[in-house]
Amino acid sequence: MKKEIIIAGFGGQGVLSMGKILAYSGLMEDKEVTWMPAYGPEQRGGTANVTVILSDEKISSPILNKYDIAIVLNQQSLDKFEGKVKTGGILIYDNYGIHRQPERTDIKVYNVNAMEASFQMSNAKSYNMIILGALLKVCPIVTLESVLKGLKKTLPERHHNLIPMNEEAIRKGMSLINE
Amino acid sequence: MEEEIRLMKGNEALAHAAIRYGADGYFGYPITPQSEVLETLMLEKPWETTGMVVLQAESEVSSINMVYGGAAAGKVVFTSSSSPGISLMQEGISYIAASELPALIINVMRGGPGLGTIQPSQADYFQATKGGGHGDYHLIVLAPSSVQEMCDFVGLGWDLAFKYRTPAIILADGVVGQMMEKVVLPPQRKRLTDEEVKKRCPWAANGRTGGLAGRPRNVVTSLELDSAKMEVSNERFQRTYRLIEQNEVRFEEIGTEDCDFLIVAFGSVARISQKAVEMARKKGYKIGILRPITLWPFPTNEVSRLSEKAKGILVVELNAGQMIEDVRLAVGHDVRVEHFGRLGGIVPSPDEILEAFEEKFIEK
Amino acid sequence: MKEISIMDINDIIKPENRVYKKPALMNDNNMHYCPGCSHGVVHKLVAEILEEMNLVENSVGVAPVGCAVFAYNYVDIDWIEAAHGRAPAIASAVSRLYPQNMVFTYQGDGDLAAIGTCETIHAANRGENITIIFINNAIYGMTGGQMAPTTLLGMKTATTPYGRRADLNGYPLKIGDLLAQLDGTCYVTRQSVHTPAAVRKTKNAIKKAFQNTLDKKGTSVVEIVSTCNSGWKLTPAEANKWMAEHMFEKYPMGDLKNV
Repeated sequence: MKKEIIIAGFGGQGVLSMGKILAYSGLMEDKEVTWMPAYGPEQRGGTANVTVILSDEKISSPILNKYDIAIVLNQQSLDKFEGKVKTGGILIYDNYGIHRQPERTDIKVYNVNAMEASFQMSNAKSYNMIILGALLKVCPIVTLESVLKGLKKTLPERHHNLIPMNEEAIRKGMSLINE
Repeated sequence: MEEEIRLMKGNEALAHAAIRYGADGYFGYPITPQSEVLETLMLEKPWETTGMVVLQAESEVSSINMVYGGAAAGKVVFTSSSSPGISLMQEGISYIAASELPALIINVMRGGPGLGTIQPSQADYFQATKGGGHGDYHLIVLAPSSVQEMCDFVGLGWDLAFKYRTPAIILADGVVGQMMEKVVLPPQRKRLTDEEVKKRCPWAANGRTGGLAGRPRNVVTSLELDSAKMEVSNERFQRTYRLIEQNEVRFEEIGTEDCDFLIVAFGSVARISQKAVEMARKKGYKIGILRPITLWPFPTNEVSRLSEKAKGILVVELNAGQMIEDVRLAVGHDVRVEHFGRLGGIVPSPDEILEAFEEKFIEK
Repeated sequence: MKEISIMDINDIIKPENRVYKKPALMNDNNMHYCPGCSHGVVHKLVAEILEEMNLVENSVGVAPVGCAVFAYNYVDIDWIEAAHGRAPAIASAVSRLYPQNMVFTYQGDGDLAAIGTCETIHAANRGENITIIFINNAIYGMTGGQMAPTTLLGMKTATTPYGRRADLNGYPLKIGDLLAQLDGTCYVTRQSVHTPAAVRKTKNAIKKAFQNTLDKKGTSVVEIVSTCNSGWKLTPAEANKWMAEHMFEKYPMGDLKNV
């Protein structure tokens, strides 16, 4: 198994940390993982993106031009990465603020109304976990148990009380995907 | 601390590896994309656990001279920076080499020249492998391509530096510094006691053991006004460098058993090239990769050997063509050696490398 | 006329007749300093004090670039030779890595107050437990008498052949006063070695500085206003006189800070 994933959106949407949680979850399952951010001042306010690779074997390039899965959370990212999803791959996006819908027909496209859901949950910070939930439903690359285990391991003890809220957001995200 | 599997950035791995190696001191100045080294060390507070000193200096000029001082006193010390900061350090690095001191320097390269960009680059290859400062000297240059190697080369760098009493440099790039990967951190080693330091480094200036009646004074200096004596010193340096060339060449070969073409690349670019090669093999092109791990000493013999059967060699770098000069020197016969590089902080994707290969070597 | 009894040289050097002996830490290497230079006196003081305070085993000196570049040739302790201006950075590291050691730098005005100003100020501002011995002779001796940051206005040097002018060359830098302003310094004093009394005062000042370093009180700076009769193109006696008449006005003697 090897999944090459790009997560892209605005800085502040939790793009990088979602990628980190995904990578940690992979680590919990003893997978090889690589997390490669586009770093620099562009993180602040501008666009942020991170490449996450989970694999059973040693990972070669951390820099990719085609992805199995693209998670795009703003128009700019959709425009940039829609064309870079491998044929038969997956595109996950949030319709919120999108004015040009994805056009490709040779990939699976999922719209996740995560922004709306996070408003309903009155918790903007749960946004990226809702997206993560949607991803896990569409493509269960890691188990929910591994995600929770990863959170427990990476969050400082004083933040462990936030884990149930994260789990709820992930489950919410899962429920937003209609097969 | 036991051996531990962690997920972390290359820069963070450098810091953790140093603490666990039993380092005595770090001296550095913040610069993107490697500030996590100093940040991680400050967060870990090793002075409370191992007794390691961590100091944010007022400049790279100061940090390298602090390293010079610590190394002159026999301690396990290092600094890290990125390209413009490493340029500032060149004076001090030359002094460290000339004083035959073991020290570790880390350059997480960014695009230049000048202030340049903060994005990944390999444009400091010449600077690192050909000396960098004034005078005839070499650094042992280690080029990591993964977070694990960032961790491992810290210990390797110091081991080699102390073995040959010469500075070693880890020449990484922004990709390896900024990406997170699984890394196995080694168990904690004990720092040497001052007594052990005196035993290991009897030449070090750290106080005359035994006082006036004790050992003769130690003087660490690179000054020798008598040219005849300075030549003798230089000849000694060169003997050390020949020994390093004999013993310490390190490299990795990927898919070279059956290859028709060869890619030579180091650091993150070797990994991107590996992906390009995977794609190329699907198209029927048999390409192998030689990844120099030590950029100095350069794996000259290996390039020469592999070039014997290669129809062409592509050198891929994040610069305008630097390592290609060493490849060309190693290739002793008529085989085409081409270069593909992106400049100023741009990192090529695997398909760009494949396209470059096809353009240069495959007849349309 | 009173008769003076003349002692034979062999009597003079008998141990019971000696009023002065070379400090045990001063070796027999021929000094490269010009006759009349203040460096020799200060070297002797450093050697005497290190011996008297029993610091041979745990002191490390950091030598500068300038006339005192060969300081390590004369005083028999461990030394590190610094690049020009970098001595305080080196001393900072050695002192932190060996907190029980007495680490000091020995620097001239070009080394400390021009090319090494950054390192000097920041080491002092961090309150490094080091002593800085600062020889201020208002000229670059080693390179042949060029202007130093501390050169007085009107003073002729190889690079101010018509005298230092503020509009061309800026003003003499009172770096001692500047260092005294920093929270990291515990002791900043300005002394000289042109008379026996001054030598004794300087000796006490260096002793105090070394003790501060041992007591981890912060950075101690002993500025010694000195002569460079060669660079000033004067005889040693004239140089001492010129220094007292001109230098002390700009660089007055005494403690600038003592906490």
